[in-house]
Amino acid sequence: MTEAVELDHVTVRFGDFTAVADLTLRIEPGEFFSFLGPSGCGKTTVLRTISGFVAPSAGSVRIGGRDMRGIGPNERPTALIFQSLALFPMMTVAENIGYGLRVRGVARRARCERVERLLALVALEGQGGKHVSELSGGQRQRVAIARALAVEPQVLLLDEPLSALDLKLRQHMRNELRAIQRRVGLTFIYITHDQGEALTMSDRIAVMRDGRVEQVGDARSIYEAPETAFVAGFVGESNALPGRVLRAAADEAVVDTPLGALRGRNPRCLAAGARAVLFVRPEVLRPDFAAENACEVEASDLTYEGSVTHVGFRAADGTRLLASLGAAMREAVPAPGVRLSLGFAARDAVVLPA
Amino acid sequence: MRSAVLHPWLPLLPLLVIAGFWLAARLDRRRGESFMRRNGLLIGTYLVVAVGVWMLVMIVVPQISMLELSFRPKLPPVAMGGPRDVYTLENYRYFLFGSTADTSHWNVLHLRAFAITIVASILITLFDLALCYPLAFHMAQSARPARLRLLLLLLIAPYWVNEILRAFAWRIIFAASGLLNTALLALGLISQPIDFLGQDAALYTGLSYAYLLLMIFPLYNAIETLPHEQIEAARDLGAPWWRIHRDIVVPFAKPGIASGCTLVFMLCAGALATPQILGGPRSLWFTPIVYDRFYQAFNWPLGAAYAFILLLTCVAFVLAVLRLSRLSLGEITR
Repeated sequence: MTEAVELDHVTVRFGDFTAVADLTLRIEPGEFFSFLGPSGCGKTTVLRTISGFVAPSAGSVRIGGRDMRGIGPNERPTALIFQSLALFPMMTVAENIGYGLRVRGVARRARCERVERLLALVALEGQGGKHVSELSGGQRQRVAIARALAVEPQVLLLDEPLSALDLKLRQHMRNELRAIQRRVGLTFIYITHDQGEALTMSDRIAVMRDGRVEQVGDARSIYEAPETAFVAGFVGESNALPGRVLRAAADEAVVDTPLGALRGRNPRCLAAGARAVLFVRPEVLRPDFAAENACEVEASDLTYEGSVTHVGFRAADGTRLLASLGAAMREAVPAPGVRLSLGFAARDAVVLPA
Repeated sequence: MRSAVLHPWLPLLPLLVIAGFWLAARLDRRRGESFMRRNGLLIGTYLVVAVGVWMLVMIVVPQISMLELSFRPKLPPVAMGGPRDVYTLENYRYFLFGSTADTSHWNVLHLRAFAITIVASILITLFDLALCYPLAFHMAQSARPARLRLLLLLLIAPYWVNEILRAFAWRIIFAASGLLNTALLALGLISQPIDFLGQDAALYTGLSYAYLLLMIFPLYNAIETLPHEQIEAARDLGAPWWRIHRDIVVPFAKPGIASGCTLVFMLCAGALATPQILGGPRSLWFTPIVYDRFYQAFNWPLGAAYAFILLLTCVAFVLAVLRLSRLSLGEITR
């Protein structure tokens, strides 16, 4: 059975440093939940607090409704997969996977059966007798997952487990992890600074900065409807155009940016006169857009990346804009030095408090 | 060969070697891959010759000459090389039976001292291991840098004092009117001073203390290389603390444990000054007996035989322990 994890006003302080500040969050049973943020934002501390290696300075952690205060990591219904994996080098693959069962006093027979089942689950049949050093990076990854799953945790905690792998393997393991999560139906709590991982795997994502959660939501809302300037800037590429709100309506606001007055959505209901930043993603910018929501720029540099071409633009005042043009727009890619008008739909831009 | 008097300039030899090496290093340059290539012909040759000669002169030849000596009878100088100077087992016979000819009685005094030396050395080694393991673990895995530096200083500082002075310090503490007895009497815990020296309590304490560092540093080095996440992973999987040590830390630190135990055991069994200073009136330790064969009885062949028996037993014991713990000699020097 899998259970919910509830963080209730959790604060973690190390000396004068506050790693996690007043975090309240409920992670649903069976959810793939990610904490996304730059290094030092407190996401690993959150994970270590849930697993019991760090005691909160204030607030409480509940798993399945049970307060975890005073319960050590060895007694919590959680299993942690470390960034370094922390496989035991003196043991074979099967011994690694069976270790949690061994310390629980599970009989050898039952242990072997369960280890075999787990080896099959992570597609490592027949590799149980190997030593950890004989495995490839991806295989080690799967051993670590099997070892954590062996103790039948209610919550699996993953601390950037893919960061040591190369790009191809990382992308493969994303799908693999998601598939395993669906198969076992456990709550996965995933820590990453890689937005691609968070966006592709998670049911919900919490974006963290300086020990605080900036926004919680599914991948689409995090990417398309950021609620703070930090989220808009951190997740994906964005052109940030600061200025003051000129006019504001219920759903749209016009901002006096260095490139002129531009319109965007106004989710935070900013009033006229407020300092704001208009964020617009490179992939929504279109050359020679006929609408009124456009600005005059000059193409300065091109970066060809196959599926897209990134074009850098410079405005008269020196402001840089980046546009990513897909293959369908290949004809529209301007040569450097060409002056043109760059526009976007107001619903594709967002105005957030500075 | 038998008159092993050090030539006055012999202590200068290491300095000469270093100076020679430095000179060669200055003259030659680094290049290539093979030993000779890498070190250059000059330094390469020098290394081979110097290390070879060093090994031969300082280790191989003395040991072989000791071994050879142990199979010869004790003779007055005039009879050496004469008809009576033949190879014999009489020195080994003496160790077992207390006589060079009669084999009807066991040499109880020496055999007992030998057995006690080996057993006590094993016990002292185990005691040091038990004492050092928690401390080494704390230093390697949980101490903060400032605490670690303080601990290291506290451990090392007493060893700046000469070994013999340290042994005397224990003698002062354990003497009949010493610190410990005075304190115990003052506290009213005892009514008569305890004869710590006579009971060999001082000897065992002194020996345990003398080689503490040789236990703690190999242990510390071994445990220090264990990633802390391994311990956390075991804990997260549900292991109680004693299982973490049994399953994770000890197997990982096994080479360090073996190397610390080997050092302490060998040095303990071969200790001379500490047993002489702290030993009770009934001499129990084997090394002073060996020493006495040489310098009291002036029976060098017998002393050589005794020394060789001790060396052989220690080496055999260490190899057996390594075999039992499935470690190779190479691993413990890691």
